[in-house]
Amino acid sequence: MTLTVTELTIHHGAICAISDVSFTVPKGQLTAVIGANGAGKTTLLRTLSGLNKSTHGTATWNEHNLLHSKPETIVRHGVSHVSEGKAVIPELSVVENLELGAIWRKNKKEAAESKASVIDIFPRLGERLNQRADTLSGGERQMLAIGRAIMSKPQLLLLDEPSLGLAPLIVEQIFQTIRDLTTSMGLTVVLVEQNAMGALKIADQGVVLNLGKVAVAGTAQSLIADPQVRAAYLGY
Amino acid sequence: MHKFKSSHHLGFFIIFGFILFLTGNRVDELRVYQGASIAVYVVAISSIILLTGYSGQVSLGHGALLAIGAYSAAVARNNFHAPVVLTFVIAVLAAALGGALLGAAAARLSGPYLAGTTLALAIGLPSLANQFPIFGGEQGVFFDVGFPPPSLGEGFTQYKWFFWIAGLAALISIWLVANILRSRYGRNWRAGRSNETAAALAGISVSRSKILAFTISAGVAGLAGALLSMTIGTVSPSAFPLALSFSLLTGAVLSGVSTLSGVMIGAVTLVAIPEIADAVATRIGVSERFTTNLPGLMVSTLLILTVLFVPNGPVEQHRTRQARKAAKEKN
Amino acid sequence: MFQLLNTILIGITAGAIYSLMAISIVLVWRSTRVINFAQAGMALLSTYFGYEAMVHFNSFWIALPVAMVGGAGIAALIELVFMRLLVKRSSTGPMAAVAPIIATLGLLGLIKGIISSIWGGADVRLVGPVTNVGYSIGDKTLAFSPLKLLTLCTVVALMLLLTVLFQKSNIGLSLRASAYSPEIARLSGVKVDFVRTLGWSLAGAAGAVAGMFQTVNGNGAFSPESIEFALLLISGFIAAVIGGLESLVGAVVGGLVLGLVISFVLMYISSSLFFIAPFVILLIILFVRPQGILGVKAARRA
Repeated sequence: MTLTVTELTIHHGAICAISDVSFTVPKGQLTAVIGANGAGKTTLLRTLSGLNKSTHGTATWNEHNLLHSKPETIVRHGVSHVSEGKAVIPELSVVENLELGAIWRKNKKEAAESKASVIDIFPRLGERLNQRADTLSGGERQMLAIGRAIMSKPQLLLLDEPSLGLAPLIVEQIFQTIRDLTTSMGLTVVLVEQNAMGALKIADQGVVLNLGKVAVAGTAQSLIADPQVRAAYLGY
Repeated sequence: MHKFKSSHHLGFFIIFGFILFLTGNRVDELRVYQGASIAVYVVAISSIILLTGYSGQVSLGHGALLAIGAYSAAVARNNFHAPVVLTFVIAVLAAALGGALLGAAAARLSGPYLAGTTLALAIGLPSLANQFPIFGGEQGVFFDVGFPPPSLGEGFTQYKWFFWIAGLAALISIWLVANILRSRYGRNWRAGRSNETAAALAGISVSRSKILAFTISAGVAGLAGALLSMTIGTVSPSAFPLALSFSLLTGAVLSGVSTLSGVMIGAVTLVAIPEIADAVATRIGVSERFTTNLPGLMVSTLLILTVLFVPNGPVEQHRTRQARKAAKEKN
Repeated sequence: MFQLLNTILIGITAGAIYSLMAISIVLVWRSTRVINFAQAGMALLSTYFGYEAMVHFNSFWIALPVAMVGGAGIAALIELVFMRLLVKRSSTGPMAAVAPIIATLGLLGLIKGIISSIWGGADVRLVGPVTNVGYSIGDKTLAFSPLKLLTLCTVVALMLLLTVLFQKSNIGLSLRASAYSPEIARLSGVKVDFVRTLGWSLAGAAGAVAGMFQTVNGNGAFSPESIEFALLLISGFIAAVIGGLESLVGAVVGGLVLGLVISFVLMYISSSLFFIAPFVILLIILFVRPQGILGVKAARRA
């Protein structure tokens, strides 16, 4: 039950967005993928969930090849992707957004249990179940996006910049929730972040991407201690 | 071709016209009449190319603008006894006025909304002819440009006269449209078509530029309408059915909406299709029901195939292929 | 007073049919972002299927479902074969915005041509299950008949069914999610391609019902050249735009507005102006409220 990425190369037209990237994420661990704007973090995540096509390499999860499947198939293999920018459907209500996450699940009883546990984790959503999603605050929307992903009963959670555009206090809460989820639900998490320090603090491992290549990889503590990483990404 | 100055173009057009008129003397009456029809379609299609290809607006109702031109020309001729040349000018002005009004509405709309609005106009406008007696109801009114002047000789037929008028009008309007497209206005239209926001930021008033495009296009369409009714001899609602608007659009798509240079392809195809359909039907000997519908089926099929496989028209396709080949050879 | 009542009842019945047509336009728009100008053509073809069933079984209540299934099938076929190819072939270049519009027009021409080739240009007759002779009030006879009442009831029932489907079922949730955000829908496990085909099929079935009732409520005859068909062709689109293109409720409101206006123009102004009336209403709506009656602002210029 590990996510293994080997020699992955992805092109956007003529531009090489990701080149020869390899890393593994062990089960139950939280891996932060950090790097500057345009380092290819989002492209990497979108390829793992089937939204983008790769040029070369492999990516497997639970013996499932992630690279030549459609997103709707990949989610059935236990991989949930929360895409960039508070990925909720604003026109739908909160509860509809949540139910959307479980729409492919046959066992409706289990889906209802998932809904109860999401509301348990995010009580704020429980108070707003019948409101339209566009009436929520930024933080609440991010919670809803994560909640929707959890409704798909994931074992591997791919999170794209959950801190984007949120107030510092909310960011801290969201990060703490992600850490708690990882531990309590036994999730494997790939967290893509520009907020390198915040992400590394809660992560077990870190991968630093630079211009589509892996610059450094290692445990989160070792990266925080690395003077080069500190200078380039942590700002001190 | 783009390197030529407009005066060179003028010379080219005069020579081309001269050759056309000489051919007019060598072929039989049917071909002369078809030549006149081709000239009419050239005018009509170039007005659509200007609007859709260059300014990016879709009109499904150009038939209505043709009708405005035709009716105003006929009314000017029948009720006010205007000379022939003046009736054509009136047709252009009246249709341009209609186009300006429609354009003002169109500038606020985009893509499907505009297409639907013009569609509603194309269906609705001809019914106005029944409302006002001056337009003669379903029967319509006559539009007679008169016999050819006697100075052209005894053997100069009526159809040849139509061909001369339509051919001259086509040459003039193509020359005008070509020059407008290469002017500042043409550039503004193309800028607005590819990116409205960018064009606006560059100081182009997008909506004014769109209205202008609609007005000019309508004027040209009005001329086409007057020419069309000249070749038929009457103006009636049934001469401007929805099918006319559709076949003009087909002609424009076949010509390659984004280039004026293919306009002949569309015009010739539209005139040739009934004849080809007839030949095909006789050859394979199908039922009469199928035969009468074959031209319509062929037009629709051509339209779909062109949109699917050469969306930018054969001329543009050829040009892109040449350019790609040239780039390859360079490497 | 009597005439007013008559005008309103006729307007509402006609409007209900336009609403169905508008719903099918909106369903297709929401599932593939294409205004399907061939929608009325598809409705006409389904009506011919219904006619064939009527000839064989001599029952309107068999003919109607046959037309609906036929309409759904045609729509699914067009989406699978034609629209997917269109999206793949011409989604870039200067023609990207124009190509789908022109393509659906070509489709309309093709369908009309096929119909005329198979059934001929002559009128084909279709009779409703109940009489179209109006109810009487005292010594006066209303234009509102049992057939019009049936039309109204069927359309309302269908709309209720569609509303429940959309708001309360998983299929409805998939349809709405795919319309608003295909990417999030796919990430949530919705098979968006399949849902698109489904949206087209529903539209095809709704259009078939509109076609059947438009025919029996007219003079019972129909052909590609009939007034009934021309009305169907423009009214669906205009009603959808009046309602703002995105919402099913808007489509119903748009259809009713259109039906009433046409009815009033016919009754009180001039019988030859009723074809230009929809265009005038459309222009007024677009100028006064460009986003449609129930539309969201700024959706129009995308």
